[in-house]
Amino acid sequence: MIPERDRVALRPEQVTIPPGHPWNRIPVLGAVCALLGIAACAILGAANPKQFFFSWLVSFLFFLSLALGALFFVLIQYAAQGGWGIVLRRIGETIFAMLPVMAALFLPLVLGLRDLYSWAVPGAAEQDALLRWKAPYLNVPFFLMRAALYFGIWSFIALLYYRGSRGQDVTGDPGVSARLRRLAGPAIIVLALTQTFASVDWIMSLTPHWYSTMFGVYFFAGSFVGFIALLSVVAVAMRRAGLLDTVISAEHLHDIGKLLFAFTVFWAYIAFSQFFLIWYANLPEETIWYRARMEGSWMTVSLFLMAGHFVAPFFYLMGRTVKRKGATLAVGGAWLLAMHFVDLYWQVMPTLHPEGVRPSALDVAALVAVGGCFVAAASWLMRRQALVPLRDPRLAESLAFENV
Amino acid sequence: MPLLLPQLPTGPTYGILAEFATPADLYHACERVRDAGFTRWDAHTPFPVHGLEGAMGLRRSPLPWIVLGTGLTGAALGFVLQWWVHATAYPLVISGKPYFAWPAMIPITFELGVLFAALGAVLGMLGLNRLPMHHHPLFKSKVFERVTDDAFFISIESWDPQFDQSATGKLLESLGARRVELLECE
Repeated sequence: MIPERDRVALRPEQVTIPPGHPWNRIPVLGAVCALLGIAACAILGAANPKQFFFSWLVSFLFFLSLALGALFFVLIQYAAQGGWGIVLRRIGETIFAMLPVMAALFLPLVLGLRDLYSWAVPGAAEQDALLRWKAPYLNVPFFLMRAALYFGIWSFIALLYYRGSRGQDVTGDPGVSARLRRLAGPAIIVLALTQTFASVDWIMSLTPHWYSTMFGVYFFAGSFVGFIALLSVVAVAMRRAGLLDTVISAEHLHDIGKLLFAFTVFWAYIAFSQFFLIWYANLPEETIWYRARMEGSWMTVSLFLMAGHFVAPFFYLMGRTVKRKGATLAVGGAWLLAMHFVDLYWQVMPTLHPEGVRPSALDVAALVAVGGCFVAAASWLMRRQALVPLRDPRLAESLAFENV
Repeated sequence: MPLLLPQLPTGPTYGILAEFATPADLYHACERVRDAGFTRWDAHTPFPVHGLEGAMGLRRSPLPWIVLGTGLTGAALGFVLQWWVHATAYPLVISGKPYFAWPAMIPITFELGVLFAALGAVLGMLGLNRLPMHHHPLFKSKVFERVTDDAFFISIESWDPQFDQSATGKLLESLGARRVELLECE
């Protein structure tokens, strides 16, 4: 039980989007963007289906990774009984509640497996000894079964945690927190395994001869940086819009900034380790993936990633003041969010355009379409719920949180 | 701004030590001592008290800048050392890589950066805290032994411009000190 003095009384207008607030219009704006994006994809994609599927894959992976990062963020806080981040948890919950939506956005890719994955082309295995050997894993029915399994597991965990937290808003039962905490450890293990296999299936198998045992961690690192970057932007935007401005303090922004800084370094560590081992061993079946990214304009993107996804944000986010001020933190977050997109683009697109970077209108169309759906659904959910877990036993601790 | 100097105050009196019963008492007393304009004083607690540095009006420590400086120095040193060895002084072909194979130099550059940053943090912290210090007049106080157990203290040094033996003692008593003690230098 919470001692009487620690009980917090948050007024409804502090923790919900009030009627008439501009944020009430975001779901409609998102839906309009989604429709325009889908229409553009249909028109442009009819002429160039291969480009459409690759562009869609990049945007799909981008928003999927944000939702998976959100799920990890919430699970790790339950597992570690973290107190500081309770006021941010509902934002994370809203974003990982988009995982079932991502399952629907995966469906267009099912139509384009032959365009995306060379191993999925009928007869590919007959002409290629390696693909023949990998065929028990890399075949279309098993691929689709696995995708269904990933989305089933992710949606199950997401809904379990989302409904548990929303239910606690009503009942105030502290037993919900205890139950979700006990489940968080196993859920993290399941998430790590499914996320690893999903990254192998959807990104690594674009180059079916190639493999990297670190790839799952690399995808995870990017997804968590992406989510924290998004969290920083959303938290600052909410404060600016007068939502949660009395709830999310500079102390919370500071901790978001620390996580953003730490996982930018973690991403660089993993990205470099993957490159370094392959570069040093110099085995042709491993170097092929980097070779494609070290030629022509892809090399420029590689260097840009190194500078933009690590060096610049490393020094930018190092200082204390930058992390505690909303404007400067949100700039860093928005930049890293963009870099996360570049990272995924750089992982996927050289398969389609080995000759060099070929930006396409379909890249923008797919981003607007997938992003529109994602933002519309998430902001629609935001309107229907409290913006913080109102009766979590640790809410008072989170509200009073101060960095040492 | 409070600034502890390595030397002890001149004259026979070190300063005044006041004991408080709870962290809250200490916290509020610190705010008043800060507002009274004292600059050469300190607070002593058995455990970290949240926000005490604000109540004392302490500046941010310059330690992060020291760590940044030593870290960058270490990283630069590590990189230049390897470049000098591999690319200029003893060029050898190792596993078919160029002499100046920068990716191979990253781990050591990183490690030396971390090593120097860590050393900068530890030694910088010791230096800024004037440690190690073998003896301090505060240790002569019998009640001060409880600073590692269950008591909270404020010490005001005698060379503070605001210091006045009786007035400062009265101030601390009025702030709720459980006991006020005058300490000698030797």
